[in-house]
Amino acid sequence: MAGLYDLSLADTRAALIKGEVSPTELAEAYIKAVEAARPLNAFITETPEIALDMAKASEARLGRGEGGPMEGIPIGVKDLFCTKGVLSTAGSHILDGFVPTYESTVTAKLFGAGAVMLGKCNMDELAMGSANMTSYYGPVENPWRPVGAASNKKLVPGGSSGGSAAAVAAHAALAATGTDTGGSIRQPAAFAGIVGLKPTYGRCSRWGIVAFASSLDQAGPMTRTVRDAAIMLGAMAGHDPKDSTSVDRPVPDYEAALRGDLRNLKIGVPKEYRVDGMPAEIDALWRQGAEWLRTAGAQVVDISLPHTKYALPTYYIVAPAEASSNLARYDGVRYGLRVEGATLQEMYENTRAEGFGAEVRRRIMIGTYVLSAGYYDAYYLKAQKVRSRIAEDFHKAWESVDAILTPTAPSAAFAQGEKMDDPIAMYLNDVFTVPASLAGLPAISVPAGLSKDGLPLGLHLIGRPFDEETVLHVGQVLEAAANFSARPAFLAG
Amino acid sequence: MRSLGLRRALILRQAQDEGVIEANSVSEMAKLLKGRTGDWELVIGLEVHAQATTRSKLFSGAATDFGAEPNTQVSLVDAAMPGMLPVLNEASVRQAVLTGLALNARINRHSVFARKNYFYPDLPSGYQISQYEAPIVGEGEIELDLPDGETKTVGIERLHLEQDAGKSLHDQHPSQSYIDLNRAGVTLMEIVSKPDMRSADEAAAYVEKLRSILRYIGSCDGNMQEGSMRADANVSVRRPGDPLGTRCEIKNVNSIKFLKQAIEYEAARQIEIIEDGGTIDQETRLFDAGKGETRPMRSKEDAHDYRYFPDPDLLPLDLDQGFVDALKATLPELPDQKKARFIADYGLSAYDASVLVAERETAEFFETVAKGRDAKLAANWVMSELFGRLNKAGIALADSPVTPQALGGLIDLIADDTISGRIAKDVFDEMVETGKDAAAIVEAKGLKQITDTGAIEGVVARIVAASPDNVAQYKGGNAKVIGWFVGQVMKETQGKANPKLVNELLRKKLEE
Repeated sequence: MAGLYDLSLADTRAALIKGEVSPTELAEAYIKAVEAARPLNAFITETPEIALDMAKASEARLGRGEGGPMEGIPIGVKDLFCTKGVLSTAGSHILDGFVPTYESTVTAKLFGAGAVMLGKCNMDELAMGSANMTSYYGPVENPWRPVGAASNKKLVPGGSSGGSAAAVAAHAALAATGTDTGGSIRQPAAFAGIVGLKPTYGRCSRWGIVAFASSLDQAGPMTRTVRDAAIMLGAMAGHDPKDSTSVDRPVPDYEAALRGDLRNLKIGVPKEYRVDGMPAEIDALWRQGAEWLRTAGAQVVDISLPHTKYALPTYYIVAPAEASSNLARYDGVRYGLRVEGATLQEMYENTRAEGFGAEVRRRIMIGTYVLSAGYYDAYYLKAQKVRSRIAEDFHKAWESVDAILTPTAPSAAFAQGEKMDDPIAMYLNDVFTVPASLAGLPAISVPAGLSKDGLPLGLHLIGRPFDEETVLHVGQVLEAAANFSARPAFLAG
Repeated sequence: MRSLGLRRALILRQAQDEGVIEANSVSEMAKLLKGRTGDWELVIGLEVHAQATTRSKLFSGAATDFGAEPNTQVSLVDAAMPGMLPVLNEASVRQAVLTGLALNARINRHSVFARKNYFYPDLPSGYQISQYEAPIVGEGEIELDLPDGETKTVGIERLHLEQDAGKSLHDQHPSQSYIDLNRAGVTLMEIVSKPDMRSADEAAAYVEKLRSILRYIGSCDGNMQEGSMRADANVSVRRPGDPLGTRCEIKNVNSIKFLKQAIEYEAARQIEIIEDGGTIDQETRLFDAGKGETRPMRSKEDAHDYRYFPDPDLLPLDLDQGFVDALKATLPELPDQKKARFIADYGLSAYDASVLVAERETAEFFETVAKGRDAKLAANWVMSELFGRLNKAGIALADSPVTPQALGGLIDLIADDTISGRIAKDVFDEMVETGKDAAAIVEAKGLKQITDTGAIEGVVARIVAASPDNVAQYKGGNAKVIGWFVGQVMKETQGKANPKLVNELLRKKLEE
């Protein structure tokens, strides 16, 4: 079927229901695309047999006039999700050979809704990184290339869900799951010119997702369009008694929230996000975005989120603290990598020194330090207090606005290898995404324009707790106004 | 043990009566330890880990049965597989609150679970989920029943919920350790006392009383042998009136006998060091039951930095007052209340009452026996006769061959003069041996008391006639000789004659 790869998830679903394409044909086409995309290194594990089996089952369901909202849709799964019977590495050597006996709640829900798994997507090791350079399985390449003189420069896809972003952007999957702790869905979505949604903390179950920072981690959809994100989120979200932080409230029909017209909505533009050294093109796109929303009927107002500048340092205390504890289970005793030693202590040291990469080790050390006796109050406790202030900032903002518009990232995708010797420069990638993470708020990145180098730039919308509907609603208006139609240099299908 | 306690009580009572010791300081003074250079006061605080009685673990659905094959009661959560999350077991919360209520403690309706981080192979996640700054239960108290019949109140600092660790088996392989995770994640209630105890006996009484309360409410089976209850003792010594000395913590003592040994050894060790001019290093020590001594495990410098922080996988635990009130309504009569009632209603001594209420089953047994009967007689039969025989035979009360109804039947035969108290003891021996009831034994053996005046008169007349010497003695003013006559009559009647009647008829005959 001509143009199959160009169809969105929503349109592909329509074609499946109409019988214009069968789930098996679709799966076969995407399995080919996954193979073609190998130069990007977007997948750690390809699962073509599983995809075909699942497609066959979808075909049977569709044949009976049944089928869920994701029926027959081929997706990539970030390798942070535990998938039953399929190697799950979290991009880390420490999980060498780990094949779970269980399926994460979110992937189980997606498969229950009919989704077809193409494979496990590459990612920054244990979700720590903003460039997908820290994976034990090698860096992921962004399918986009700069225009002009630098066009042979390989770019990063962002991170940590870099494999998911690259796969979706290169048409090697119709959609992919991501996880977002400080921006790991939204920043790669912006770098790859796709849509990425981080739901409200508690909206999707964390059960079966390798934990990075428990109070921040959230799974979300990475898709080509806002509508696709709405469809996929509906299949991922919901209460899970196995996750005590998952919230028991009904899952709305997110697609129904996409109704255009923004009259009666107020959008805030926070002045604190206008950071020093922000490229002019980002600032210009941000102003343009505000203008688009105004044109669609929204009232756009300036707001203040005074504690914004503390968000990044706060995040880099809270997240490593939780990570240092969450990663303690990778000790070589029960599963994954074990490097023997003469004593138990040596075995621990050898295993963890070899199993974890430099960035993960750095964060374990930061986290251990900030929780240590004598430093806990000055770092961890203080960070928790600041985190409350940041959340209060947003809480106050919701008294006057319905959503907040910011850029997604302070730059477009950069070259592989850049910022690698300067962790702080790397951490600054998340400066606009981290505040919403700390406050547990839903936020979306929508592709909205191109940089002077011809690379995608994203706009970022933050919403009230559990108001993914407004985020999607406004996001779709931005998407329509931006009419982002550019395609990456490399397409697998 | 009981007789020792009684003897000590008697000596103390004598000292009081003679004005040697002021009454209110008797117990404190008596507990001072004598050193070479003077008296020392022992200060003890206890941390008791009690396994809460729940079918599944604190944060997982795995079973908690004791003695299962290794690693057969382990869920994905217990093994800390990637992406697994804890879910709080409501049954564990109920047991903790119920225990808090039974300890007259403040229930903290808001509490927080925290992670205690350290590496060990039997701790799969690398952290133990516990409660640190905000425990579920705050301050409370326990009233101890001391062997001398006195009581003493010991403060409870807190009770918090935490996971147990697994078990490392070091004796299965020459160079490797085996891990059994069956215990990993089981609910523990850590009950921390204030440093209110002043002797090993008080520490023992504290553990006994705590165990009694836990068993009453069913929140812990109190089985120290199976590890359902373990104690850590914080021990220090000081000169009376001085501030607290440096303490040492003795870990994981698993019987009351060992607890006393460990404390006594540790106190002597500390006193000797100080008297030799040394100082006590704050450290954690292990009790070696084989050698009966404590030895260093780790010093304060080597202490772990546990990096406690609130567990982000769990929300703070917020309890409704209604939840607490509903549990309060289910509290049974507790040992202290029962003891007070036994004293008031049955006229028992404080000591007898405290012995009878220590176990709920004992108290119930006693009450069944005592109902509608002479309570003091019932108490005496339960405590001296029944317990004596059961202890000797090594039989638990639950397996007693004599039911409370049967013992009651025996007492009824004494009360209505069917048998004498002396015969009753023989009958009881047979009841314990055969499980038959008293009336049947009395009937079969013809042990029924002779209350027929004519029959006894005949025997009396015969004996008096045959003993002119003794009759002369009696008449000469030696009233004590009547005992010899009673003995002769009883011998003649195989002990079946009613002793009261025998006395009466003998006197009558001798006065003639």
